[in-house]
Amino acid sequence: MASKPRIKLPKKASAGEVITIKTLISHEMESGQRKDKDGNAIPRQIINKFTCAFEGATVFECDLDPAISANPFFEFTAKVNESGTFKFTWVDDDGSVYEAEQAIEVA
Amino acid sequence: MKSMMMKSGLLAAAAVLALTAGVSADPVDEQLVIDGQEMITRAKAPEGHPFDEVLSGWLYREAETRKLEEDSFDNPGMLSVEEGEEIWNTVEGTAGKSCASCHDDAADTMAGIAANYPKWDPDAKRPINIELQINKCREENMGAEPYAFDKSGQKELTAYIKHQSLGDPVSVDLSQGEMQQWWERGKDVYYTRTGQLNLSCASCHEQNNGNYIRADHLSQGQVNGFPTYRLKTGLTSLHNRFRGCVRDTRAEIPKAFSDDLMALETYVTWRGTGLSVETPSVRQ
Repeated sequence: MASKPRIKLPKKASAGEVITIKTLISHEMESGQRKDKDGNAIPRQIINKFTCAFEGATVFECDLDPAISANPFFEFTAKVNESGTFKFTWVDDDGSVYEAEQAIEVA
Repeated sequence: MKSMMMKSGLLAAAAVLALTAGVSADPVDEQLVIDGQEMITRAKAPEGHPFDEVLSGWLYREAETRKLEEDSFDNPGMLSVEEGEEIWNTVEGTAGKSCASCHDDAADTMAGIAANYPKWDPDAKRPINIELQINKCREENMGAEPYAFDKSGQKELTAYIKHQSLGDPVSVDLSQGEMQQWWERGKDVYYTRTGQLNLSCASCHEQNNGNYIRADHLSQGQVNGFPTYRLKTGLTSLHNRFRGCVRDTRAEIPKAFSDDLMALETYVTWRGTGLSVETPSVRQ
């Protein structure tokens, strides 16, 4: 249903810097409110949760609802004090979990 | 009394003129940089061109729209480019081949290629664009069905191939085959008024670029960013846009890849000589 998630954040930063993180995942975000040609309801299938964690500590998380359009895009900021890895998780209604991660070097 | 009325009539006319002048707007004077790579959005026009300078449609768009194109992560058209990459690597047809089976990595083999299309196709004896080249390859080399217009990933694969030429200046070789005659024919199509509204391409894009047509800021109608991501229709192919424009003049709509539209593509691509390929550009 979803293709590979994409993330964008700098590879390097200085201590205490506020960095911008962008994420994007291809997903249909089927709301459950549409009907197919024969009039049958198309079952809901959306990504319902997104989390970003840095070395185990949650940086940003949110619940998604059916009104969110396809290919959800998030942009948020985080303050980095030390080197480490950002982990990103998207949870699908069907139980699938899509993951991505990227390390950042803090000088 | 009569003279007073005439005077106020004149004043009203002057006010209307001032209003009209107020809504015209010039293209911005800014530099387009996509992921650190500078794009050519202003180029000296080729000889015989009605303008001194050719301008990318990017310069005519709103700040928010322009910004979307500056970062390939923010550019919604890049999702289609990624889909195109998948198609590039997918085996189809009786020969059991994908595009990659012969052309390997598009980043190497397709770099700069699309900047020189349309080209002369000696077999078909007409200009060929990327979409038709893909279909030719599918039929002759892959044993696969040609794509129907705008269907089954034609736009996405075209966008992927053109994207490999991002930043390269557009240049059409008119000395190949009968390209010059097709260019002439395209020029005729460009300047011929059609439809109930009696408009030619030139009525808007040559005589009125920079002005507003209702809420739309008219550009020079350059094609260097196609397939383009339009905010209202998503990824949009060039021939779809041609057809949309002709429809809006309330004329009979020519078929995609018909002789008239291939001639027009040849001519209009030439009109953008020197501009960077921006595929997938982001437009209104």
